[in-house]
Amino acid sequence: MSDNHVSRRSVLATGAAGVGAALAGCSGGGGGGDSGSDTIKIGVLEDRSGNFSLVGTPKWRASKLAIEEINDNGGIMGQQIELFDPDPQSDNQRYQQLTERLIQQEDVDALWAGYSSATREAIRPIIDREDQLYFYTTQYEGGVADKNVFCMGSTARQQLGSVVPYMIENFGTDIYTIAADYNFGQLSADWVKVIAQENGASVNNEEFIPLSNQNFGSTISNIQEADPDFVMAILVGNNHSSFWNQRTSAGLDIPMGTSTVMAQSYQHKRLEAPALADVYGGFNYMEEIPTDRNEDYVSRYYDRFPDAGYANQESVNNYFSMYMYKDAVEAAGTTDQQAVREELEGGMEVTGDQSPEGDISLQGPVHHMTHNMRVMKCDADHNITVEDERMIPEQFLSETVGIDLSGEDSELERQFTPTEYYDAAGE
Amino acid sequence: MTSGLGATGLLTPLFIGDVLGGLDSIGVPVTQLLQMADSIAFIILAAIGLTVIFGMMGVINLAHGEFIMMGAYITTLSVNVVGLPLPVAMILGALGTAAFGAIIERTIVRRLYGRLLDSMIVTFGLGLILTQGTRIIFGNSLQSIGTPFGNVPGYTYSAYRVLLLFAAIAVLGGAYLVFTRTEFGIQARATIQDAETARTMGVDTDRMYTVTFAIGSGLAGLTGALYAPSATIVPGMGQSFLVESFVTVVTGGSTVLLGTTLAGGVLGTIDAIFSNLYGNFIGQIALLITAIIVIRLLPDGLTGLAHTIRDKLGERQ
Repeated sequence: MSDNHVSRRSVLATGAAGVGAALAGCSGGGGGGDSGSDTIKIGVLEDRSGNFSLVGTPKWRASKLAIEEINDNGGIMGQQIELFDPDPQSDNQRYQQLTERLIQQEDVDALWAGYSSATREAIRPIIDREDQLYFYTTQYEGGVADKNVFCMGSTARQQLGSVVPYMIENFGTDIYTIAADYNFGQLSADWVKVIAQENGASVNNEEFIPLSNQNFGSTISNIQEADPDFVMAILVGNNHSSFWNQRTSAGLDIPMGTSTVMAQSYQHKRLEAPALADVYGGFNYMEEIPTDRNEDYVSRYYDRFPDAGYANQESVNNYFSMYMYKDAVEAAGTTDQQAVREELEGGMEVTGDQSPEGDISLQGPVHHMTHNMRVMKCDADHNITVEDERMIPEQFLSETVGIDLSGEDSELERQFTPTEYYDAAGE
Repeated sequence: MTSGLGATGLLTPLFIGDVLGGLDSIGVPVTQLLQMADSIAFIILAAIGLTVIFGMMGVINLAHGEFIMMGAYITTLSVNVVGLPLPVAMILGALGTAAFGAIIERTIVRRLYGRLLDSMIVTFGLGLILTQGTRIIFGNSLQSIGTPFGNVPGYTYSAYRVLLLFAAIAVLGGAYLVFTRTEFGIQARATIQDAETARTMGVDTDRMYTVTFAIGSGLAGLTGALYAPSATIVPGMGQSFLVESFVTVVTGGSTVLLGTTLAGGVLGTIDAIFSNLYGNFIGQIALLITAIIVIRLLPDGLTGLAHTIRDKLGERQ
């Protein structure tokens, strides 16, 4: 998810990266497959600089932590993991160039890549052309049904399906949605409408906010004027983080739900309290989850990376999915990508220390996870508490659309949207 | 709130609340006026440093946003790490950025006067270095400082954001006085208009360029300092000021300080009205369409129009 607007930087960078991509394309080489070498080659493309480095760096760290742990314990089937992790610098052109390089030159056995949906969509054609086994680990709008892509993050329907019903039950049925004005924000706002309708509530006001916007004066007074029971704030990126300080200083004290704030870029740690007071998020992970298993994970994470700012929701997806890949390779007895994919499609359980959020499972036929979703509340002192907790499966592809990537849909390479299936969406 | 500004804000909140409530009851759209003050302040403050560097000196400073970012960083670090009171930290933010500007002028910008496109490339690169350098040194984000003053009494609107309008007016007034009423200001403008003649008149033009650039940088730093309590402090934060700043300077036209005032007033009002009625997205569109119309109809900007009116009045007399 997150922003895909064109800055003057990316315009200039595009030119440079385009040349690089063209050169990379000349080198040829076959895609994927079991290379027969004595290491297992894994590519991890996560942003450590540029716009997304705040959220990308924890993802890279968690992948690295998992790989080091696996290597220290004997690797995968006795083979060490060899990591290729150039920095894509939050730049989609660079992502495309590096994806080509990792597949064609380094011949990686599996690839983890990308924060934003725009990035995923930028590299997905390359992934599909090369039939590369690919793990996407960010929470996202949902609906990707692609034979080569395994989506490890929770979808908008899972996250909003956790927090919106809770908000309706506790605060009322009159909803005001403010959402980032791009693909992810708009689809999330559609899901709020669908879930509201399913729970007898309604979205009576909706504002889409450009990613470049950081002045929320009119938004705040419009919310106050409408006086809803609660606000769903699906705000994304650094500019939008300004909303919370401005909301607090303006004295707007209507409870707010979210699927984006806190768990990804830890605003509750970065903004002065009480900016995030009474914000409720639906997440599969925050580092404050008070279980022994998680506290153990968090201490491993900070022991390895003492300078880390936060272990965010996405980072844990990178972590458990590396172990899940290990299990799948060992069960298949090979790193052959087709064999590993078939193994994964048979369903996987991720348990114990490998999954800090709790025991979870892969829904093989749709390549998505059933997550242990929690409603997390931030109080005026920015303490995080768990208010509600339940397992929520991916439902849109598996139930509404009816996808089976392990069977009849095994060649599918597309993304479905809620507007195709729900009247309430897109109104 | 540890801010030293707090005391002034507490002087007369009830009085302000009564006045605003009174205005509201006789049909004055107070919320819209607050929004307008906020928008006008943002546009003027976003543009003010660029007004001097681009408008007066003709250097397209694409690192303008990063100068703003630097002011915000110095301010935030002074409060969080050193523990200075907010007003002192803000002054440090402006002075620190001015000093940085002076160094940049001496070492880099000096070689670029009259080379418009070259100055774009170089300042663009400077911006990249500043953003990524900040990220490497200070990480992806700083702990923010809270916004002082709370809300406007009786309204769901941040008082600090509204008070920034007065800061914007004060900054504009100060810049106007410095550049028109002081010997330095006259020498600086003479240098920029015709450096050779100024030099023959005994003006140290090198120094004038440096000081003028430093003032422009310092004003950008001050903008960052003023917005530090209300923005998210990240290395890329300057980007969000960039569009408004260039649009304002271009719309304003050749007489830069007057132009910034007029453009800030017009664009801020349009932005506020449309944001209030139709949301931020439409507000932004309305602002940009207004700028296009102004530039199309008034190639010399708003001050071009002001000059024409002045000349016509002069003829009549």
